[in-house]
Amino acid sequence: MSGLFQYLLRLGDDSLILGQRLSEWCGHSPTIEVDLSLSNLGLDLIGQATLLLGYAGEVEGKGRDADRLAFHRDALQFRNCLLVEQPNGDFAQTIARQFLFSTYSHALFQKLTGSTDARIAEIAAKAVKEVAYHADLAADWVVRLGDGTEESHRRMAEGLDWFWRFVDEMFEMDEVERSLAESGVAVDKAALRPQFDEKVSSVLAAATLQPAAYPYPIKGGRVGHHSEHLGHLLAQMQYLQRTYPDAVW
Amino acid sequence: MGAAASLDAAATARIMTILGEVPDPEIPVVSVVDLGIVRGVRLAPPAVLITPTYTGCPATLVIEASVRSALDAAGFGEVAVETVLSPPWTTDWISDAGRAQLRDYGIAPPPKGSAARSLKGDEPVECPHCGSADTQEVSRFGSTPCKALWRCRSCQEPFDRFKCH
Repeated sequence: MSGLFQYLLRLGDDSLILGQRLSEWCGHSPTIEVDLSLSNLGLDLIGQATLLLGYAGEVEGKGRDADRLAFHRDALQFRNCLLVEQPNGDFAQTIARQFLFSTYSHALFQKLTGSTDARIAEIAAKAVKEVAYHADLAADWVVRLGDGTEESHRRMAEGLDWFWRFVDEMFEMDEVERSLAESGVAVDKAALRPQFDEKVSSVLAAATLQPAAYPYPIKGGRVGHHSEHLGHLLAQMQYLQRTYPDAVW
Repeated sequence: MGAAASLDAAATARIMTILGEVPDPEIPVVSVVDLGIVRGVRLAPPAVLITPTYTGCPATLVIEASVRSALDAAGFGEVAVETVLSPPWTTDWISDAGRAQLRDYGIAPPPKGSAARSLKGDEPVECPHCGSADTQEVSRFGSTPCKALWRCRSCQEPFDRFKCH
């Protein structure tokens, strides 16, 4: 498996799996505006996944397109980070996940607009505009819930406490990404961490929340070691293509 | 018409006129040319270049099909339809005619040159119904990816606003 192919799977799978998670809120959100917001976020993410996985398939050169990669891989072959596959939980938990992911992803795509790989650069230029909205929306809700009622504050704090353990994995660099970063294709994600920490601290301060310090980060998604939750998500997402292989519209 | 290897200026102008009649599927009062979705015509090999507004916008597929049908119907079957991502679509590409049509349809158009501005400080826009500037955002996400939901505090009517992008 080439490094570039793996890298594109990581980027594309993050978007795909989080987009699928958000789609679970469709018709169940607390208000119609939230329903529209989360569905729109999901749509943007799936759009980004289509571009990234489409490119991944071309790089691999085995005739797999974005749909094939999305619907015909097993959990062990997915390369998303563990954060995005975690269940929605309550609304505050979903917002905590979105806030941490979109803040990370916004910093990442900003840098990727300067990738030496022209395709990655143009996908990033498109995505960064969408992700800016996602990060803003999630930060607004963190403040509204954190600085809200006693119960919304408690739920927001619990949501962040749960997801904090998955944050380090998003910024982790391994051989694959280090070598791509050296040639300017990927970016050094570790270098994005201060910007992320600063943004998170300022939003949490406005939300009257304490930054959670989770001493035991959990990792593994980038090499295919996932939580049990991904299997359940895929069972639903891939049901049609597994039941009727090669079905087309 | 045979398989032309390239287009001339006259053919290009005709294609743009034809595409000026192709409506956006979500906002049918505005054409795909006025929305800035049609990026231009390539002479050789002949192709119409289109760009999506948002990566996940479901209308993109419909737009591609509508452009294809319009070209076929006008005898431009050999002209391809290609999607390009770069430079990324921005609301600054919506034409003046498109902006006027959006307003008449009840959608507040984005101010010109606003795309690069911070999203946070979206300035209040004129209500497309009564013209009042006393308006506020209700939800940053509306009925389609490209629109936000606003309301007018003068006439009390809700309205869609094209997001600055």
